[in-house]
Amino acid sequence: MSARVFVPADSGALSVGAEQVARAILAEAEQRREPVTLVRNGSRGLYWLEPMVEVETRAGRIAYGPVRAEDVPDLFAAGFLSGHSHRLGHGLTDHIPYLAGQERLTFARVGLSEPLNLADYCEQGGFVGLRRALEMPPDALIREVTDSGLRGRGGAGFPTGVKWSTVGKAVAATKYVVCNADEGDSGTFSDRMLMEGDPYCLIEGMIIAARAVGAQEGYIYSRSEYPHAFAILASAIQRAREAGYLGPDILGTGQAFDLEVRLGAGAYICGEETSMLESLEGRRGLVRFKPPLPAISGLFGQPTVINNVMSLASVPVILAKGSAFYRDYGVGRSQGTLPFQLAGNIRHGGLVEKAFGLTLNELLYDYGGGSASGRPIRAVQVGGPLGAYLPESRFDVPLDYEAYSRIDAMIGHGGIVAFDDRVDMAKMARYAMEFCAIESCGKCTPCRIGSQRGVEIIDRIVAGRERSKNLILLDSLCDTMVNGSLCALGGMAPYPVRSALQHFPADFGIDTSGIAERERTETVPSRRI
Amino acid sequence: MPHASAPPDDPTPFNTDAVREVIRAAASVPGAMLPVLHAVQGHLGHIPSEVVPLVAQALNVSRAEVQGVLDFYHDFRRAPPGRHLVWICRAESCQAMGAEAIETHARNHLGLAYHETTADGALTLEPVYCLGNCACSPAVRVDGEIHGRMDPIRFEKLVEELRAETVTA
Repeated sequence: MSARVFVPADSGALSVGAEQVARAILAEAEQRREPVTLVRNGSRGLYWLEPMVEVETRAGRIAYGPVRAEDVPDLFAAGFLSGHSHRLGHGLTDHIPYLAGQERLTFARVGLSEPLNLADYCEQGGFVGLRRALEMPPDALIREVTDSGLRGRGGAGFPTGVKWSTVGKAVAATKYVVCNADEGDSGTFSDRMLMEGDPYCLIEGMIIAARAVGAQEGYIYSRSEYPHAFAILASAIQRAREAGYLGPDILGTGQAFDLEVRLGAGAYICGEETSMLESLEGRRGLVRFKPPLPAISGLFGQPTVINNVMSLASVPVILAKGSAFYRDYGVGRSQGTLPFQLAGNIRHGGLVEKAFGLTLNELLYDYGGGSASGRPIRAVQVGGPLGAYLPESRFDVPLDYEAYSRIDAMIGHGGIVAFDDRVDMAKMARYAMEFCAIESCGKCTPCRIGSQRGVEIIDRIVAGRERSKNLILLDSLCDTMVNGSLCALGGMAPYPVRSALQHFPADFGIDTSGIAERERTETVPSRRI
Repeated sequence: MPHASAPPDDPTPFNTDAVREVIRAAASVPGAMLPVLHAVQGHLGHIPSEVVPLVAQALNVSRAEVQGVLDFYHDFRRAPPGRHLVWICRAESCQAMGAEAIETHARNHLGLAYHETTADGALTLEPVYCLGNCACSPAVRVDGEIHGRMDPIRFEKLVEELRAETVTA
């Protein structure tokens, strides 16, 4: 009998040699005349074990990793095809504590099988949510999503059902569903993993959204930095169309909806929703004034639902299992789960989907295993390049939207980047301003000019030139950017800067004892949201 | 911010009819500007200034509109790149894992700053702000492939392979 062996084709796994491992397994199998069926699945998200090879046994899937091509003959010799033990073995994949402790709702299928295999998707619960949605009147469908408590997973946390309701009520000949797949925040990769590992889940979520609001056309705006995700989505859309899930008459219901995946061109700002619309319409990604909201006047001036990949990919399970099932996860007004992404200087980097309410301590140490370098974790940036840097004293704050906003931080897209004690936080603060300057669309002055001035002021502070005066100036500049910028890029770039200054003043050359301490607390008030 | 530098003169000849056909094929979708420019760049490797009026005509927009879009997006290049494109990720996660050492190595050993091409024309170096491979930082991208857990020694090897490959080709 041919053994089923899984080697991920996820771009993260490929980036550390999965292709070579897959080839070595086929070559070794042929040479030994031990037949294998190779399955190129998505990643299970245990990236420190990638390339992670799994073998199907009667007891379940057994994991080995990280496997290098040169380990393959040894694995065969040890009998890995029958799940025998090996120094790279981790036993049953589902029992690996990192995975066993998770609450995978959105990521339930990712890594289980070949991403483009439609039959596998259906077998694993795919399209159950869609079939239920197609039988529901649109307002009931919107109510189901509202009741689930789902909030925009792209970072803003706006209730998804409310957004859908606005578009649903708008009257127009054409409405759109646009998926924001421009996952530009450093430390985030859940969108990429899902698009590469379970593309039909996103497509299903978009069809449900279209049904709910009465949209006929949809776009997925994907980053050019994600060539694999783009290729997989394009194939998945094609196959879904051929199978009748997309097109003029979805599953014989008379509902029409079709999708196109559109490639960005390397501009971070196009992750901002109105800038993304400009880009989709074929222009420079300049941020639009709001109002009008995109829900009223969005793509090509029509009512448009814009949701992040994670929001849309969470919709099928909500429809399949009901709003109460989803809502019962989480805390307070942060309901459901969030796929957190552990990145940076972390021993066990990867994807951890958990209900809201756990802490950074649990993520960094119970899951992450501490820093990769073995040194103390000194700072953690949560929520991407516009998120605050948090010191150890904040690692016990529960991860929910409101608790984070109370400590002047944001969960954002759930990206968590750890730094060890060698990090220079003044340099990171400078980088935040530099990044803003590079990626600013240039439309509003606080962002375009402010970020450039921010770099210069931080340079002067670090060099010790008129430090007190420049600290006051930096604070005032941050106020201007927060209050005067058109969108979150200029409006939030001060967050990493201020948090770095607040929690790590010594890195800026600020003497934290005596008089200097008083001066610091006077000149660096906590920012407001 | 959009790139501020003026486009270098680009004398590379191209087949205008073939480019017109590439533009036409990509121009049928709504808001076709980015798909058209991606298609042209896929065809020619870059977007010569002579293409700007062709695109403007096909999409019924002004040349300034096309030029503005070209300048805004980091991906669109106005001059031919090296035979391979190498991006080093400069974002936070990769910084936390030593991306700067790779940057320094590129600068000192290849003598390359960002946006520059090696003298042998083998590769062009570009910065990138996140490749979505943050759990395997630091990351670089070579053409369509991402490489994770990079370090200066592996980077050197990767670059040598690219240069050797183009010499024998």
